[in-house]
Amino acid sequence: MKQDKLTDKNLEVMMGTLLRYGVLLSAFIVMIGGILYLIKFGNQQPHYTHFSGEPANLINLKSILNDAKGFHSRAIIQLGLLVLIATPIARIILSVVGFILEKDYLYVLITLIVLTVILFSLFSGSVA
Amino acid sequence: MTILSFTLILLLGSFIAGLLGSLTGLGGGVIIIPMLTLIFQIDIRYAIGASLISVIATSSGAAAAYVREGISNIRIGMFLEIATTVGAVLGAILAAYTTTSYIAIVFGFILLLSAVVSFKHKEEIILNPANSGKLGKWLKLNGTYPNEKGKEIPYGVAKVISGFLMMMVAGLVSGLLGIGSGALKVIAMDNFMRLPFKVSTTTSNFMIGVTAAASAGVYLERGYIDPGLSMPVVIGVLVGAFVGSKLLVSSGTKFLRILFAAVIIFLAFQMIYNGFTGKI
Repeated sequence: MKQDKLTDKNLEVMMGTLLRYGVLLSAFIVMIGGILYLIKFGNQQPHYTHFSGEPANLINLKSILNDAKGFHSRAIIQLGLLVLIATPIARIILSVVGFILEKDYLYVLITLIVLTVILFSLFSGSVA
Repeated sequence: MTILSFTLILLLGSFIAGLLGSLTGLGGGVIIIPMLTLIFQIDIRYAIGASLISVIATSSGAAAAYVREGISNIRIGMFLEIATTVGAVLGAILAAYTTTSYIAIVFGFILLLSAVVSFKHKEEIILNPANSGKLGKWLKLNGTYPNEKGKEIPYGVAKVISGFLMMMVAGLVSGLLGIGSGALKVIAMDNFMRLPFKVSTTTSNFMIGVTAAASAGVYLERGYIDPGLSMPVVIGVLVGAFVGSKLLVSSGTKFLRILFAAVIIFLAFQMIYNGFTGKI
């Protein structure tokens, strides 16, 4: 029991560290993209009054990565936002590993269910 | 207005929203969407996308601190995340079939509920772990948390099934409106499950990031998440919430809560009115 408590504490510290660096990394990427975006498009007009949806290249993971590599400012921001979305998901994957190490199989199962729901959302959005 | 000035104004507005949300504990999301739609005339779908992203940022940032201090109950969090993520995905799918006017009206009512919940007198009676139900014990939900003096206080969990169902509703609202729906989570965790306040607020925060990430996938693919708009919102809210967390000790929070609740009630009626007249 005492051993369990120790691992729970370790897991909590690891989760905290992961969340912190995830948010910081994301904010850093978003800011770089943001500065480039303002330099390039700063004197144009914003239009958000009517919804037209984002172009396909800012929705698809592959093209976001590709465009970000080519220093497209909006794709860099989008990449930062993806890092942010991935942060809580990474926390869940860490929890699965943690609960396996703790041999708490009930919670391995519970955590895997949560992970499945999120991955379903990420990869079936185009179907829905 | 150019994109540069638009971005700077949004940055400032989001900073204030994040600051107030953090100081009052109501979260910045409830103020971001009305600000974007009512003041900046931004389509509510873009507003929901940007708000959802900012919700992930602030909750992950805050949870990073709480979880290290051992206040959040990660087992309760993980178990209830089944409910909130399923609800969030359903909510995000439902949003596609709901007109923006209805979304604005529902948003207004949730705002009113948030204001009421923040004012309701709360009584904290910590449940003896021995009196927890069978399900709570089987799921190992009982825990301990450190009080002001650093002493570990044991607590039990009541009405796990009602709490779980209420959490599914909270997830649904979060997915539909792009907010953290803290008010509904408080009802589930404080009123039904009888968790100590410190545990419920921090555990709720812990779950919000995962819940929002679940609906973010659907919104991203639907093109609601715009980089140019999300950039100032997420940075502004994040910095505001961080500054707010450092100011927390101030004694003026009661006045701030009243002010913030008044603003929320005003925004709620605006959203409902605009929804009914079809302006949103």
